[in-house]
Amino acid sequence: MIEGALWRKWVFYNIPLILFVFVLLFPFYWMIITTFRPDGELYRPWNAVNYQPFWTNNPTLEHIKYLFEETSFARWMFNTMFIALVSTIISLFCGVLAGYALARLNFPWAGSLGTVIFVTYLVPQTLLFIPLAQIIRNFELGDTPWSLILTYPTFLIPFCTWLMMGYFKAIPKELEECARIDGASRWKAMVYIVIPVAVPGILSSGIIAFTLSWNEFIYALVFLSSPDQKTVPVGVTSELIRGDVFFWGPLMAGALLGSIPVAIVYSFFVEHYVSGLTGSVKG
Amino acid sequence: MAVTAVAGAEARPIPRLRRLEDERWLALALLMPTAILLGLFIAYPFFEGVLLSLTSQRVGVPGEFVGLKNFVKIWNDSIFRTTVWNTFWYTGVTTVFKLALGLWLAMLLNRHFKGKALVRAFILLPFIIPTVLSTFAWKWMFDPTFSVINWALFHLGLITQRINWLGDPDLAMTSIIVVNIWRGVPFFAISLLAGLQTISPELNEAAAIDGARPWNRFWYVTWPLLLPVTMVVMLFSVIQTFADFQLVYVMTGGGPANATHLFATYAYQLGIGTGLLSEGAAISLAMFPFLFIIVVVQLLYIRRVETR
Repeated sequence: MIEGALWRKWVFYNIPLILFVFVLLFPFYWMIITTFRPDGELYRPWNAVNYQPFWTNNPTLEHIKYLFEETSFARWMFNTMFIALVSTIISLFCGVLAGYALARLNFPWAGSLGTVIFVTYLVPQTLLFIPLAQIIRNFELGDTPWSLILTYPTFLIPFCTWLMMGYFKAIPKELEECARIDGASRWKAMVYIVIPVAVPGILSSGIIAFTLSWNEFIYALVFLSSPDQKTVPVGVTSELIRGDVFFWGPLMAGALLGSIPVAIVYSFFVEHYVSGLTGSVKG
Repeated sequence: MAVTAVAGAEARPIPRLRRLEDERWLALALLMPTAILLGLFIAYPFFEGVLLSLTSQRVGVPGEFVGLKNFVKIWNDSIFRTTVWNTFWYTGVTTVFKLALGLWLAMLLNRHFKGKALVRAFILLPFIIPTVLSTFAWKWMFDPTFSVINWALFHLGLITQRINWLGDPDLAMTSIIVVNIWRGVPFFAISLLAGLQTISPELNEAAAIDGARPWNRFWYVTWPLLLPVTMVVMLFSVIQTFADFQLVYVMTGGGPANATHLFATYAYQLGIGTGLLSEGAAISLAMFPFLFIIVVVQLLYIRRVETR
């Protein structure tokens, strides 16, 4: 790059970047400040005198307490965690095997099956939720975590398969052939040679699958009904709004605490997350 | 097809003791779990959905075959027409802004500066944090009485009285669009940044030595090389936006007066809210032809760009 004067650097790079970061992060700041702000300060009209929106001098834990004592928030966290973990594991298992088959084996229709996977990757959940709700009811899975554990893989498997295909294709064929010459069966060569090399890919797809299932909303909203079975996004939506009344303090506390597990997973594996994300668009 | 020919040529008699040694049997075994789950929970519901949309079923009423009556009905439904218009407007406007802002942000990040990794990690947060939860933060920021946005605009001297962001149909749609852009820009930025990093800086330097101005360097060097990645990112984003549900459900629930419905929220309101299952299924399925056309057009375009 050809660098200009210092003021140009500020005007063209630093200030826009600071503005971007500010706008992208402000809602989270707002979530945090609302969580710790007492109700008395919260419900003060925006044009009231000495309304001080960006800070509070009387931080309180009352909203978090409300969340744990008056709602099943802890239960929702557990449900969401359980559902996200199990559906991620199922999807990884299926996706790794299918990705291996599609990327490294020669068989009839391999190409067209790859396309089918890519197309299902593009099927949005909102297209099928009504008939799927009926099927879930017919299978007697309604209002159980299994209704989500079994349906989340429908959008996670295509994603994992697609990502894993990219990783498997990048592994040289010679690696596997060496093992085969040394007498390993195809199955053993896959399990002991190829899959271990693809671990970064498995980690990336696992993390993204976990965040995707934590984020899922419409299936959870439609398939679950009793308060104790709900996931965090659905529980927060349905139990902290009564009629027209929004319990903003606990709502923001729930949003904040409900985001923390995802944020922790993400912060530990940022590089894997980013490489998975960019790998998924490279195709 | 080439693949079939190769596989056919290899079909010599093989001892069947170890069936998994045969690539075709191994492939079949490896693909089986995926095929079962996707068949059971994608292909089967799709088929059921088509059948359902052709009946008059409601909650508690089995209904009977009525042909295309549901589709005729929604076609004549003025709310549905608003919904179709909304969905296209929402998808179009947000995609243009997400692309422009995402590209800008990617360019800002595509250089060396202190704390780059940290900034990159933080700007992805809107994309990582569960949409419903972050949308609630926005809804609270847009609250008619306690809006911090109104407060800021008032103190900047831009407004003199409150704006009821979610109470007015046009403003409500604009607010939803803002939130969608906010959520989508990080995805565009990070993906396009990865695309930018694969472009050798030497190309830009060579163009600069030849006297190309910055704008021309972008337009004739960077942009064409970035186009394949851009198209794939757009494909994902357009489909996700077109079929969006969470954001509108939380922000307005389709209101005020059904003015901000998208396909998915209207299908939910009719199918689950009022129990008109078959009509809801018909509205959901009405998305399919549009999605199909979008996917086909974009895939053809991507292929053309990539083989160029």
